[in-house]
Amino acid sequence: MNLFFSLVVIAVLIVLPWVLVGAAGLDYLFGVIVPYVALAVFVVGLIMRVLQWARLPVPFRIPTTCGQQKSLPWIKPSKLESPYSTWGVIGRMLLEVLFFRSLFRNTRSELRDGARLTYFADKWLWAGGLAFHWTFLIVVARHFRFFLEPVPWCVSVMEGLDSFFQVGLPIIYLTDVIIIAALTYLFFRRVVNPRLRYISLAGDYFPLLLLLGIAVSGVWMRYFDKTDVVGIKELTMGLVTLSPVVPEGISALFFVHLFLVSALLIYFPFSKLVHAGGVFFSPTRNLANNNRVKRHINPWDYPVKVHTYEEYEDEFRDVMKAAEMPLEKE
Amino acid sequence: MAEDVKKPEELIQIDYGPPKRSWMDPTVKFERGSYNYAAVKENQEYLSLPYPRKWQPYEDDWQLPDGWEEIIFKGFKERLEKYRSLRIFMDICVRCGACADKCHFFIGSGDPKNMPVLRAELLRSVYRNDFTTAGKVLGKFAGGRKLTVGVLKEWFYYFYQCTECRRCSVFCPYGIDTAEITMMARELMNLIGISIEWIGTPVANCFRTGNHLGIQPHGFKDSIDFAVDELEELTGVRVEAPINKKGAEILFVAPSADYFASPHYYTLLGYLQLFHEIGLDYTWSSYASEGGNFGLFHSAEMMKRLNSKIYMEAKRLGVKWIIGGECGHMWRVVHQYMDTLNGPADFLEEPVSPFTGTRFENTRATKMVHISEFTADLIHHNKLKLDPSRNDHWRVTYHDSCNPVRAMGLLEEPRYVINSVCNNFHEMPENTIREQTFCCGSGAGLGTDENFEMRMRGGLPRANAVQYVHDTHDVNILLCMCAIDKATLPPLLEYWVPGVEVGGVHEMVGNALIMKGQHDRPTDLRGIPYKQDGREGDDNV
Repeated sequence: MNLFFSLVVIAVLIVLPWVLVGAAGLDYLFGVIVPYVALAVFVVGLIMRVLQWARLPVPFRIPTTCGQQKSLPWIKPSKLESPYSTWGVIGRMLLEVLFFRSLFRNTRSELRDGARLTYFADKWLWAGGLAFHWTFLIVVARHFRFFLEPVPWCVSVMEGLDSFFQVGLPIIYLTDVIIIAALTYLFFRRVVNPRLRYISLAGDYFPLLLLLGIAVSGVWMRYFDKTDVVGIKELTMGLVTLSPVVPEGISALFFVHLFLVSALLIYFPFSKLVHAGGVFFSPTRNLANNNRVKRHINPWDYPVKVHTYEEYEDEFRDVMKAAEMPLEKE
Repeated sequence: MAEDVKKPEELIQIDYGPPKRSWMDPTVKFERGSYNYAAVKENQEYLSLPYPRKWQPYEDDWQLPDGWEEIIFKGFKERLEKYRSLRIFMDICVRCGACADKCHFFIGSGDPKNMPVLRAELLRSVYRNDFTTAGKVLGKFAGGRKLTVGVLKEWFYYFYQCTECRRCSVFCPYGIDTAEITMMARELMNLIGISIEWIGTPVANCFRTGNHLGIQPHGFKDSIDFAVDELEELTGVRVEAPINKKGAEILFVAPSADYFASPHYYTLLGYLQLFHEIGLDYTWSSYASEGGNFGLFHSAEMMKRLNSKIYMEAKRLGVKWIIGGECGHMWRVVHQYMDTLNGPADFLEEPVSPFTGTRFENTRATKMVHISEFTADLIHHNKLKLDPSRNDHWRVTYHDSCNPVRAMGLLEEPRYVINSVCNNFHEMPENTIREQTFCCGSGAGLGTDENFEMRMRGGLPRANAVQYVHDTHDVNILLCMCAIDKATLPPLLEYWVPGVEVGGVHEMVGNALIMKGQHDRPTDLRGIPYKQDGREGDDNV
């Protein structure tokens, strides 16, 4: 049901620009207005999200410690798994964000011979996730050739590395292959594994399909459709320089690609995709395990009803006296 | 143990396949053995908690107060504004499924709603429905659910089927901590008078008498005195155990089970021996006679109410600093919450060991040292005369308790102590120890008889790992440093791995400690003859 719903939405998102640009000639709408709106929604939405998180209090310091604390001088502390300094926390966060440290721990448990639990290292999700995120970053960075003139040297270098194997014409980018493979894996993983299918919401299938749509339409344009790159760059540079033009002769496929990207931008701030920003705010990861060293203040702390020693002694004075225990008041 | 308990062979038949029905349709059956009784009205009243009443989870009508949905909505909103953790954990889960088989309750039950991701979704679905634009517009398609009685019953069932052990949070790529989510859900349910007996009663007891068991001051003194007498019989040495002594250098706080339950009791004997032997100037307190804090399983406010006693008592008695005994969740509270809740402890001094001169710099602010930190330091400086062969009849393994590991990072101190006092130490498989340790399955207030089946299920991964070292290394005792472990692991092991005992780290210290003026001590603290040259100890323990 959730999968079906996502497929329908994706189909609509593809057909809409195809038909409306191809048949109705709404190329200015899809080439200029929608992208601007999408970018605005993305930027404003994401900033608001981040500000909302940032202004929320962190009442307690609750790092999840995954290694030895710093205690006695002769016991080696784990600087990254149980960080006690700001640098340690930064290191832990970098490992988490750049290399998905926690996901790397992943295991799979199985009940074998009817009674023996066995745990296997399971790195597939880690590998698939890491492959997708890194290639996505590189692909996005590569696209700066469309938004900058002259094309910066770093973008050219990246393209050079990405087409290292010099296969095909136009030369195939490695990242194009990897991103589609990774997304396909992540998608089928959700569909095939019964447990994952059970927990998956429409909001889990949809972004994967959307990203696949973006990647496939992009690849199709470059390798098969051989879309008019010069025209596209005219359009993108127009967008960047705030003097938008829509040149003649850009294929409808490009508008599909652009519309899917716009949809992603609009969807991003209101979906689980905000994990990209949220991970930096996760209190179990971004706080140092220096709890007993440095006092942490709860900004909304308030006095509570306690049971004082005086009240306690008042209630139990007789029995305490009989048991010859020291008293404040005889 | 009730008579209708399933046999291990039956319980191990676990179906991990998800059901056909969508998880969004709430379905809970309160079957014997897998839920906890409701909090008792009188205790709720004693603690001035809202809507005290007589009810039970298996009844159809929970007698919910009028407008309970609104109360929860407001409470949820308030917490979303007070806890960044809650908001973040509601917003960023991608349902990647990495946490699914990391939960001991899922591994032991196969119930999909015991996957941490779905446990959180029970709350998250209501969050989406009530607090997000997408949920308000798209409803079910955006994964939103309206809060109904059915959903509430699910909350009760599954948030009291989480032991707040944080294992899933180790594996989550965003560090989403189900303990935090469970704590929030329990706070919300408290707002409409829904809690369980095994949290309400210990909390009320602790508030009144200073300890969960409700032991009054003279009873507390009796148990300590009894231990002193028994220790004299076992060792020939008469130790001192001062209570409520003003001007002592150190206040010692242990979980109350240590002086009232077995096998905790042998750990108590170990503490008493150790403190006597080094000549520690310390005191027990009858008012702060509980290190554990079931308030943690209730609400942040209740945790603060109970925890306040430790600093108040330290101030009243005029001690310099505090040592805490072997306990799990107690140390989550002491390490991660105490200073924030009830500090600053500026009336105390930075802890310095009077025997080694070691400054416990890691406790500079909170001024409370874990007993294993204290003992490891003593051993490292050769301040104790130890004969590890006195533990040769024990082949030991060590269970890392959830909180000291995942909310503190206490890994090497206990291992150093164990290795110094035992000759036969074997670790369990690596996926089941240290930061990946498995919960006993009975923490966070779930260790009741009525919840027995679910406890055995939740404890399966732990028991299974014990089975492994029992089979391969003939391990006959599981050491741990947590009072709930010591109470609930014995029935767990009796159920899954008969023949393995449960003990404390300081019990082993006590066994190995050579005391000045002791008699020949033919037995260990349990009265079991120890292995001597050419003479086998009693292995049938």
